[in-house]
Amino acid sequence: MHPEFEAVIGLEVHCQLSTESKIFCGCRARIPAEQSVGEIAANSSTCPICAGHPGTLPVLNQKVVEFAIQAGLATNSQIHLKNRFARKNYFYPDLPKGYQITQFELPICENGWLNIETSTGSKKVPIQRIHMEEDAGKNVHMADFSLVNLNRAGVPLIEIVSGPDMKTSEEAGAYLRALYAVVTYLGICDGNLQEGNFRCDANVSVMPKGSTRFGTRAEIKNVNSFRFVEKAIEFEIARQIEVIRSGGRVIQETRTYDSDKDITISMRSKEEAQDYRYFTEPDLIPLIIDQAWVDQIKSRLPELPEQKKSRLISDLGLSAYDAGVLTGSKSLAEFFDQVVQKLGSSALAKPAANWVTGEISRLINEQGIEIHQSKIRPEHIADLVRLVHDQVLSSTGAKKVLELVWVSGESVHLIVDREGLTQVSDVSALEPVIQKVIDSNAKQAADFRSGKDKLLGFFVGQVMKETGGKANPALLGELIRKKLLG
Amino acid sequence: MANLSSFRTIRDIHSAFESKKLSPVELTQEYLAAAKKSQTGAYLTFCDDLALKQARTAEDLILKHGGVPRDEFPLCGIPLGIKDNLTMDGVKTTCASKMLETYVAPYTATCVSRLEKAGAVTLGKLNLDEFAMGGSNENSAFGPVRHPTHPDRVPGGSSGGSAAAVKADLCFASLGSDTGGSIRLPASYCGVVGIKPTYGRVSRFGLVAFASSLDQVGPFARSVEDAALLMDVMSGYDPLDSTSIHQEKLNTVAATRLPTDWSKVRIGVPQEYFVGGLAPAVDRSIQSSLKWFEKQGAKLVPISLPHTQYAVAVYYIVAVSEASSNLARFDGIRFGQRPAASDQAKDLNDFYMKSRSLFGSEVKRRIILGTFALSSGYSEAYFKRACQVRRKIVDDFTQAFEKVDLIVGPVSPTTAFKLGEKNSDPLKMYLNDIFTIPANLAGLPALSVPCGTDEEGLPIGLHLMAAPFQENRLISAAHAFQNGFES
Repeated sequence: MHPEFEAVIGLEVHCQLSTESKIFCGCRARIPAEQSVGEIAANSSTCPICAGHPGTLPVLNQKVVEFAIQAGLATNSQIHLKNRFARKNYFYPDLPKGYQITQFELPICENGWLNIETSTGSKKVPIQRIHMEEDAGKNVHMADFSLVNLNRAGVPLIEIVSGPDMKTSEEAGAYLRALYAVVTYLGICDGNLQEGNFRCDANVSVMPKGSTRFGTRAEIKNVNSFRFVEKAIEFEIARQIEVIRSGGRVIQETRTYDSDKDITISMRSKEEAQDYRYFTEPDLIPLIIDQAWVDQIKSRLPELPEQKKSRLISDLGLSAYDAGVLTGSKSLAEFFDQVVQKLGSSALAKPAANWVTGEISRLINEQGIEIHQSKIRPEHIADLVRLVHDQVLSSTGAKKVLELVWVSGESVHLIVDREGLTQVSDVSALEPVIQKVIDSNAKQAADFRSGKDKLLGFFVGQVMKETGGKANPALLGELIRKKLLG
Repeated sequence: MANLSSFRTIRDIHSAFESKKLSPVELTQEYLAAAKKSQTGAYLTFCDDLALKQARTAEDLILKHGGVPRDEFPLCGIPLGIKDNLTMDGVKTTCASKMLETYVAPYTATCVSRLEKAGAVTLGKLNLDEFAMGGSNENSAFGPVRHPTHPDRVPGGSSGGSAAAVKADLCFASLGSDTGGSIRLPASYCGVVGIKPTYGRVSRFGLVAFASSLDQVGPFARSVEDAALLMDVMSGYDPLDSTSIHQEKLNTVAATRLPTDWSKVRIGVPQEYFVGGLAPAVDRSIQSSLKWFEKQGAKLVPISLPHTQYAVAVYYIVAVSEASSNLARFDGIRFGQRPAASDQAKDLNDFYMKSRSLFGSEVKRRIILGTFALSSGYSEAYFKRACQVRRKIVDDFTQAFEKVDLIVGPVSPTTAFKLGEKNSDPLKMYLNDIFTIPANLAGLPALSVPCGTDEEGLPIGLHLMAAPFQENRLISAAHAFQNGFES
């Protein structure tokens, strides 16, 4: 970023709640785990209420309130005991009633915060409000006509609005990941990013460094990947600075992020912005929440990412970085807990953490899946960690085993036996191979002896090649050095 | 052939069933025949098959029980008409609008299904002002309803079909809805009884919303007692309507059977309702009604409802604001119909312009007014201000009902006016609602009971209001009045 400017970033996250039924009717809201949205027939999960038929009325799903309270408690928010719903009026074919039922003046939660970790340290990001609302349906555009699918209409959402307190895309990304971890730990959101369970609007502005007056902001709509949010914000900051530096003026507008080109594009300016004509929803009576219920929900909250992270650092001696990566995803954290459990002691927790934050994370990220959707089970990692620790497997060999387990899901022992990957630590077996390699590389042997120490790696590599990667590398180095320098 | 007008009460009909003078099927057939012959324009849809099936069920019940099973089926075989802004599964619900001309509802309104469960026969759907917006029933897209005895006059609105059909013996009783007087005004003009219950007493599920915080379903009948019975049957909490109230089911019919201790009844007479502008005949009838109550021993108490002068303004902001939002769903995309032109629309705005052109002019006027009153920069001055003044009007009544049990006055300043007379001046039409609107703004139970006629024989209605949930008090006084007062 240009040193003369600083950015101001605020995020609005729409989080789909994982209730079984919709927010104002009995229709199914949640896609069964074994199905994807695309497999559900269009408009099959609808009724006269969520399709907005004349004469129908909303009735609030209590589970939605419970989930919203959980989100509030987990983000250190104040829970308002008196709530009202409001209508947000606008026309769009995917909005059956011509208004969205949401909360406006009296949201359920206010004044919370969430802790984030970035390369510059930790920071509290304020959360202004969390409110409950219904989702709209989906328009599907064909060549010369459009279709409307209302399966998603009336699916419950919470909108979580941060304060305009983030300065970099890194902070924004860290906040999103922390928030994502909270809602998935609570189990109030399925967290499927591809299906839009957790989507983000980013408000970005820039101002001269040290200024207290915010610049004009642009809103980037509906980005549903953490990485894309970061990239969109980076682009937008650079764009706005460029506009100002070339003497222009940033205009208030809504923009969309094009991930293929990595740019943001203007959708509509403020002049074209909608007047939502908010007013109190007369079809729903005020929602009065009992403090005892809030207390009960609080007492039943599960372990949250922050708590889990401290536990991993203090009890298992993990680094803050490893603990952060592990607890950033509920499923990864649970997986890691099970690995440690299978290992039976915390002594090998660190190498186990390396596996989970390293190879495993790489593999699941590559495929864009969650750990439980893969064939890897906690016992696989526990076995690998133990075999490496006992020097039965080299780390190279272990990586190879993991690749095979990833594909087949077979047991580690079965693969090690079948592939013959047991590490060779037998001196008598290795010596003839070393001799052979030295004999056929006389020049390199001479160079090594005259002081070219770097060539040790070359010899280790050659022996590894001969043994199919099975030789114990530490032992090998020692043996080669002894043989050459004698 | 039975003389339909000889049946004064549900009791008369049930006696006729039991003495085998007439069967429910015969009665249903006669009402359907009369309704189809009528020139009033009261009906929009007939449900012959459904009605006859219900009538046969009633017949079977009477046979099986050896008489009318009144306790379980208090409306056994009673033919009703339903205002066409209430839904019935598989039956058209048009709201007298081109927008819903072909709309067949996929579910039944709670109030209708409760009447059906009590044994009622539903003859068909009754005409109204489009989306219940109007006071004369001239705003129906399918033609006006004519006054049942003076065809050049209006029956009042918006439940004009419901009032006219009862008066003209085209159904025995009927359902209407009341947002600013839409039950009481036509009841007054047509000379029948119409009740608007306390807001939340009857479920609104299945009532096509005009103004959600004001709308309430209520009955029309010839007698207070029968109207009360319909209200009792419909009342009670409905899990499908969050604004319906958790209270015991009403039994106002039982209240009519108890003698009234008039010495304990205090009747409030608001000075603001008698400030001139009343037609002389209306004034005379109301005054003699008040005297009747006094003669029974009731105490007349002059009261003041100081914010009455703002009621019409408040109402026409709150009601149109809510309406502008409630009617947003009519876009021709999911149900109802849209003009062929909208499929050639050049963009989405053009599509809405074309599809929503099917609304009539009064509906459009109210949508535009409501959209304006809610829009940013104006909602503080209009909508929010109106909500604040509405609070003041509620307070007026709360204070008044500390001193009195009932408030009595006229329903309308005039009797039924001529078709077309007020069409050119919407404001004049709006002012006609001045006495009925406050009960909606405050959610009070209120009714209109006939109290005389003018020189031309046009009926005049007496307006009774009670504190929220005091339907028992309201009904027993009105019942005694109807049976004791002679104009």
